[in-house]
Formats: sequence, C-alpha cells, structure tokens
Amino acid sequence: MTSILGISAFYHDSAACLLKDGKIIAAAQEERFTRKKHDSSYPKNAIEFVLNYANLKLSEVDQIVFFEKPFLKFERLLETYVAFAPKGFISFAKAMPLWIKEKLFQKNFLFKKLKEHDEKYISEENIFFSDHHLSHAASAFFPSPFEEAVVLTADGVGEWATTTVAIGKGNELDIKKEIHFPHSLGLLYSAFTYYTGFKVNSGEYKLMGLAPYGNPIYENKVKQLIDIKDDGTFRLNQKYFNYATGLTMTNHKFHKLFGKKPRNAQIEKITQFHMDIAASIQKITEEIMIKLARSIRKEFNMKNLCLAGGVALNCVANGKILKEKIFDNIWIQPAAGDAGGSLGAALALWYIEQGNKRSINLEDDMKGSYLGPEFTQEQIENELKSIGANFEVFSYENLINKTSEYLSNEKIIGWFQGKMEFGPRALGNRSILGDPRSANMQKNLNLKIKYRESFRPFAPSILLEDLSDWFDIKTDSPYMLLVSEINSKKKVSMTDKQKKLFGIEKLNIKRSEIPAVTHVDYSARIQTVNKRTNKKYFDLISKFKEKTGCPVIVNTSFNIRGEPIVRSPTDAFSCFMGTELDYLIIGDCILDKQKQDKNLLNNYNKNFELD
Amino acid sequence: MSFIKEFWEFLKERKKYWLLPIIIVLFLFGGLIILTQGSAVAPFIYTIF
Repeated sequence: MTSILGISAFYHDSAACLLKDGKIIAAAQEERFTRKKHDSSYPKNAIEFVLNYANLKLSEVDQIVFFEKPFLKFERLLETYVAFAPKGFISFAKAMPLWIKEKLFQKNFLFKKLKEHDEKYISEENIFFSDHHLSHAASAFFPSPFEEAVVLTADGVGEWATTTVAIGKGNELDIKKEIHFPHSLGLLYSAFTYYTGFKVNSGEYKLMGLAPYGNPIYENKVKQLIDIKDDGTFRLNQKYFNYATGLTMTNHKFHKLFGKKPRNAQIEKITQFHMDIAASIQKITEEIMIKLARSIRKEFNMKNLCLAGGVALNCVANGKILKEKIFDNIWIQPAAGDAGGSLGAALALWYIEQGNKRSINLEDDMKGSYLGPEFTQEQIENELKSIGANFEVFSYENLINKTSEYLSNEKIIGWFQGKMEFGPRALGNRSILGDPRSANMQKNLNLKIKYRESFRPFAPSILLEDLSDWFDIKTDSPYMLLVSEINSKKKVSMTDKQKKLFGIEKLNIKRSEIPAVTHVDYSARIQTVNKRTNKKYFDLISKFKEKTGCPVIVNTSFNIRGEPIVRSPTDAFSCFMGTELDYLIIGDCILDKQKQDKNLLNNYNKNFELD
Repeated sequence: MSFIKEFWEFLKERKKYWLLPIIIVLFLFGGLIILTQGSAVAPFIYTIF
C-alpha cells in the first residue's frame, strides 16, 4: 500500500489530501478547522484529519507533495521586478523579506512543521514539489471519467503560468501550451472585483452574480485592456494595471477609462454602473473561455474537456461552453481553486512521476466531493449535549418526512449530514435548505440568514431524473458548476412594464415557479442529486417532491457572510443560534429553534469579517 | 547546505545564472530588511507571491 499526502498552502486556500494506492481517501480545507475564511496558513488541522482518517502516522506516509514550486515562483517575482524597475520598489521591499526569511526555504519549513505531527518523521527526502498548474490540470483530469481529454486550467497566477492547455491520456498528462504572467484572465476578473468594491479572491462570485442585473455596455472599453486573439489567447495592456508591481489591482488610467474610482464598499452603494461593469467583464470572460475551448477542440480533436483553476469556478462561463456544444463531455474539478491543488499534486505524483496504471471510474472518483470530516450519531449527540442544545432523535423515515414537511411550510433548515464537502460549494451535507417556490425566500435567506447582499442568487438542488423538465440542460451537474436557463414551461413571463425595470428592481418580480432559485436572467446554478452519491439528500428532495410536486430545493452553504462553511455540530449550532434558521437537522437529531435556551442566542454575524 | 545545492541546481536547470548576483545581494542585505519590516502581506490587495 502506497500513501501520498498532498498539501496546498501559503497562498490562498490551504488544504490537505490523502491518496492510498492512487485512490482519494480524504481531503479538507484548513479554513473549516481554523474558522478563518480562505486560510492560507500551514494546514495542520487538515493534515491531522486526513492522517487520522486513513489511520496513518506521518512517518508511515510514503510521499509528501506540495502543490507548487517556490523557486520558480521566486524566479518569476525577481524577473517581474527587474522588468518593471524602478517601478515596484515598494512591492519589492515588502515581498523580499518574506521570501528571504521563509518562503524560499519552504522545504525546510514544511519539514519542521510536518515533524510536529510525528517525531518519528526524520527525513525530508520524501517531500516533492509539483507545479501549480500541473496540479490543477491533474486534479481535473485524473479523477474525471475520461480515458483522454483536453485539460484547460485558468486562474490568477501560479509560478509563471496563468492559463494552460494540457493533454491527458491514460496515466499521462502533458502541458502543451501556457500563457504567462502578467497576462491572466483570473487577474483581469479580480481587477474588476476590486474595482467594483468586492474583496479580491472571494468577491468574484458576487461580481458574477451581479452581472445579470446589468448590460455589457462597457464591453469595448474592457477590450482596450485586453487584446483577445481568435484562438482565445490574450494579452493584458499593463498600462492599466497595478498588480505586477503595486499594492492594488488597477491604476489611475484604468479608473479614468471607466470614469470612476474603485467603489469603496464602506460608504458607496452598488449602482447600475457597477452592474453594467460586471456584465461587461463577465461577457468578455465568456468570450475568452469559449474561444479557447473552440480553438483547443479544433487543434487537438478530442471530444472531452476537463477544467480547473479558479476561473473554472465561473459556472456561468462553464454553462456557456456547454451550451455551445464545443465538446461532447465536460468535467470540472469541484475543488477547482487552490485547495484542489493538494489533490492534483498527489495525483500527479502517483500517475505522472511514478507511472502507475490508471483505471477509469465512471461512477465518480471524487465520491461526490464528500471527502471531509464526518461525525457518528453518538459523537453528534454528545457534542450537542455538551453545548446545551435541545434536540430530539428520529428514525430515518421520520426525519426525512419531518424535514420535508418543514421545507414545504417555508421553514429554513440547517442541514448537517455525513462527510463535509471538499471545495467551495456545499453539496447537501453542510447546507442551508429552503423552499424554492416561496416568493420571499431569496430575500429572507440573504438578509436574515446569510447577512449578505440582497442581489445574490441561490442555487437549486434537483433530482437528476427531473433535470430536463425544469432546466434547459441534460448534463449531470453534481458539483454545482454549471449554469443553465430555467425551462420555458416553468417561466413566468414579464409584463412590458416589468421588462423596462432596471437592475435590482427586477429582483422583486416572480420570474418562475421556483423564484428563489431563478436569477433575473432566468438562469440557475444547478446541482443535480442522485441516489448513488448522496442517498439521504436524494431521499429528502424526493419526499419534498412527493409532498409538493416540486423536485427542487434551495441549497446554500451552511455559513453566514465571511464565515467558512460549518465543519462540526458545534459550528452548526452556533450558526443556528446566531441566525434566523428555524430548524437544525444534524444526523438523526432535529433541533427546533423555539425549544432552545434563549440564553444561547448569539450575535453571530459580528464574529466574522465581511468579505 | 542542501538549500544552496538545490537552488544552484535550479539555476542551472533554468539557465538563469543572471539572477545569482541579485540573490546574493538580497541575502547580504536581507538581514537589514527583515529587521525593519512590518507585515509583508497585509497591504497587498492581491499577493502575486
């Protein structure tokens, strides 16, 4: 038995993953343990979890692999500073101490940290370093159900690469093409995230969610920033950006081009201008992704596409690639961001470096992305008792029946079951659930539960067999990474007066039979649910369908704005008591808000920094 | 010592010998910079490193 520990850390989202004989055993993000969103510190807790889960001590792990190459990153930094000198000296002076002090000595640093898990771990010789985009590509190809595929990765930046095209065949994966820093689609999107007043590296979803409220009237101006070729490759005009050498994303020329300074989220509201900006950059992103997909389909003549990297979390662009029917099949890594790099690095070592045979798993090698910590019924009850929660235990059937009853009565439910999801999406094990038919659900969930902006959409979970009756899509979307339009039979047409409404005013119009999950452009970010990967969730939606005729429920992550998704029953209870959730279902336990000790209510949203 | 060996291997592999003088100077003055630094990451909107 060979075990490989994959680690991603010190950049965006720290995570750890464990493979046994090439099989994915466990994976988790550090943020879920430390309760610090996008925690990039050494993933001590995540490593401890995957080792315990696999019943291994660190000294028994055969290889350890880090998701990127620090030396190569340092080379990119130095060359960038030299190229732009003397501009960028402040950035240089701030970056270098960090590198000279620790980042350059990452192998040694990792070794020391790893040794804290097990003092019998004595040699750093089994520590390896993958390449950032190779890790992304490996995380997208090796768990996919394809024997061969073109793999497209795109994100902010890794070492040098920002976008890569690779070819995967069997157990081989070769990177064929790369676009290098500073030309980056991820950084372009992040520049607009910054410009519209959202937090870079977490507000990109908000920008994407804001886009349908606007019109892409700034498309031509965005095109002054980027030169897009017919094959989808691009170059950014550095005249307008500041990220290569400065401390911000954009500069005064960028602001002059669009006529305003970046929005200050503390004092400025989102206006139609920001919505139109969002619509414009989203359109350009889609154009680039579609052109890239078309050109690589033509060049490599393969029918399967795999996607990873932060840009692959842009599910609207993914949905457009699917709709254009450029590839026959698409598979997207659910942990497409840097957390998934830990998984990709481990898989790259197992298949590419060690040449192990790969057998295709048509069922789902990612196990539905349910790869994180789980709690037994006994653990749940003990933990709930220790924190003073009032709960009742029900049989499986009764629990499903009662929960579906609550949902159909427009109650909002915290749903905590089985293994925690790996990746940014809650897929029905750490989720907040609601009735999509309710006209007020979107507003209530945003303002009373999640404490976030009212414009933000919610995603539907739907039984796979009912997919095409409700949405214009036939492809399985188990990881909530594809956006599609709602089926015309389920739409509610807008009156001429309503059509004339602008931006956020559109939000109050009932747009379909399931308004809570229908965005203003009739789109929805879909999660298909099947019995094989999540039986309990499947049974719950089936029961809801039996009661209401609707095979769809609202699924949003079990957290509030700025908080990592809950990991433990204690996290779930705190969130339950700090929000207006009506019921909390953990394992076989049901907690009714009315029956809880009022002294345990807390001012929860003050605990987390707004994102 | 293993760090120096590995870094030299890296420079050889990448044929980036011209980076060496910059790195030596950085290390010579590194101590000074470290002594005077505050938080190195906090001011950045997007840490490209």
